[in-house]
Amino acid sequence: MRPRHVVMTLYLLFLMVPIYWLVNMSLKTNQEINSGMTLWPHAITFDNYIRIFTDPSWYGGYLNSLSYVAINTVLSIGLALPAAYAFSRYSFIGDKHLFFWLLSNRMAPPAVFALPFFNLYSAVGLFDTPWAVALAHCLFNVPLAVWILEGFMSGVPREIDETAAIDGYSFPRFFAKIFMPLIASGIGVAAFFCFMFSWVELLLARTLTSVDAKPIAATMTRTVSAAGMDWGLLAAAGVLTIVPGALVIWFVRNYIAKGFALGRV
Amino acid sequence: MTKTVNQKAWLLVLPVFAVVAFSAVLPLMTVVNYSFQDTFGNNQFFWNGLGWFQELLDPSTQFGERFLDSLWRNLLFSAIILAIEVPLGIAVALSMPREGRSVAFCLVLMALPLLIPWNVVGTIWQVFARTDIGLLGATLNSLGIDYNYAGSALAAWVTIVTMDVWHWTSLVALLCYAGLKSIPDAYYQAARIDGASQWAIFRTIQLPKMRRVLLIAVLLRFMDSFMIYTEPFVLTGGGPGNATTFLSIDLVKLALGQFDLGRAAAMSLVYNLIILSVCWVFYTVMTNVDAGNRTVLADDPADAAAAGSLAPATTIPLDRRAA
Repeated sequence: MRPRHVVMTLYLLFLMVPIYWLVNMSLKTNQEINSGMTLWPHAITFDNYIRIFTDPSWYGGYLNSLSYVAINTVLSIGLALPAAYAFSRYSFIGDKHLFFWLLSNRMAPPAVFALPFFNLYSAVGLFDTPWAVALAHCLFNVPLAVWILEGFMSGVPREIDETAAIDGYSFPRFFAKIFMPLIASGIGVAAFFCFMFSWVELLLARTLTSVDAKPIAATMTRTVSAAGMDWGLLAAAGVLTIVPGALVIWFVRNYIAKGFALGRV
Repeated sequence: MTKTVNQKAWLLVLPVFAVVAFSAVLPLMTVVNYSFQDTFGNNQFFWNGLGWFQELLDPSTQFGERFLDSLWRNLLFSAIILAIEVPLGIAVALSMPREGRSVAFCLVLMALPLLIPWNVVGTIWQVFARTDIGLLGATLNSLGIDYNYAGSALAAWVTIVTMDVWHWTSLVALLCYAGLKSIPDAYYQAARIDGASQWAIFRTIQLPKMRRVLLIAVLLRFMDSFMIYTEPFVLTGGGPGNATTFLSIDLVKLALGQFDLGRAAAMSLVYNLIILSVCWVFYTVMTNVDAGNRTVLADDPADAAAAGSLAPATTIPLDRRAA
């Protein structure tokens, strides 16, 4: 075996072993977990999963998470499309400063914004709704989407815009009919990253919700402390949070490399 | 591509500007507001001037000491993370299979940790590293190594660093892989004609070509490790003692735990300023690298055409320096 295969194999093993352990744990009964180490479940049980799928306070968490992630992704892409077009095609007063300012928000620590967001969204009456979390996540996802889309749009030659204008396309029609299909893969990559960063974030999602819109991540932390240590259930909930991400990666696997190639993540 | 000057483009940017201003500027104004005031509850506020900032930056006060401690801790953490993840990420990117189905397979597996919610990352490592039920903890203990991340500061650090390497090295590796993919074959052919060693190819072709993505990787990893919150919070809760209390954990404790608004606000502003200045430095460097790349890029077709006969491999670094 060549050295690079060894490096890759070892690295993938390093990545997979902890995940395997979580899956392993989720298929065991608590009795088996606590009674000593077993490398694979001796008595496979799906009780943990069944409990999650039948208890509304559990599966509701998944629905809440997915709803704010979906709102956020649509919102971010919708807002970012025209802005990215402006940045890629025109220069205007303050464009460079504005671009940097947008990007700097991608880097802002959520911890700084937790308390003021709490105040702000309580004041406007959005607290404990998916909209609050979706809007809060726009703070880092909108700049990210602008950045990624701008990269893809700059790859489309200007001549296309001009030809369309000569052919009598109005700007909105040109944008929807001609331009958006051209950067479809860019929109896919941007949506993927918006999904990803909104799905994995917990601090803001937890701060801005209490009961009705509680994300799955918060459900997990609360149940752990309340129900003692129900490791099997916790592990099953964890495995189920990995599934949407894994599905999304599988669908966009051919575009990921392209998105990374632009170096804009 | 030259851009046309068009002030109406502002109209296209306006929605983004409004939304980001709503979620960034408005909250920051609140923070600024709090940072200059003191409160005794009841929504009664008093002007405190620069009091909180003086306390924050003065290591002799309790609050200042606490802030500086977590700042150093966080900087140390970021330094360790970068020192491990960047070389490892490059190594993994270089080990990617060249083509075929295994590429997609490796990409999907590698990207998997990136899409796991951060608290679940903490949970995974918790169940993996615990000494009673975790594979790692139990194995280490049975080998006679005294390991307990909840008890010893060193073990907690090792665990958190390993967790972060597990979580984020793939990002560096994927970025580097994308950088490597953009190198034209002609460069390698030229190097082969020159009889260049693997190391020489890496030094003179691959590393310079990866410079831009590496900069982005370092920036992202520095920023994200500098504001790490959820994973250590779930795993150790900042303990044992304060051993793994990083800036964000400390800030959340102060703001949402103790509701010490004035101090938390002052800390937020200083924290944000540090991040903003680092960000600006990187952005400037990156724009310069971009500008440099563009002039080099203009030479590229000539390079590629000449590659078959001439062998630009050794001259590439010179080109770059000139650019």
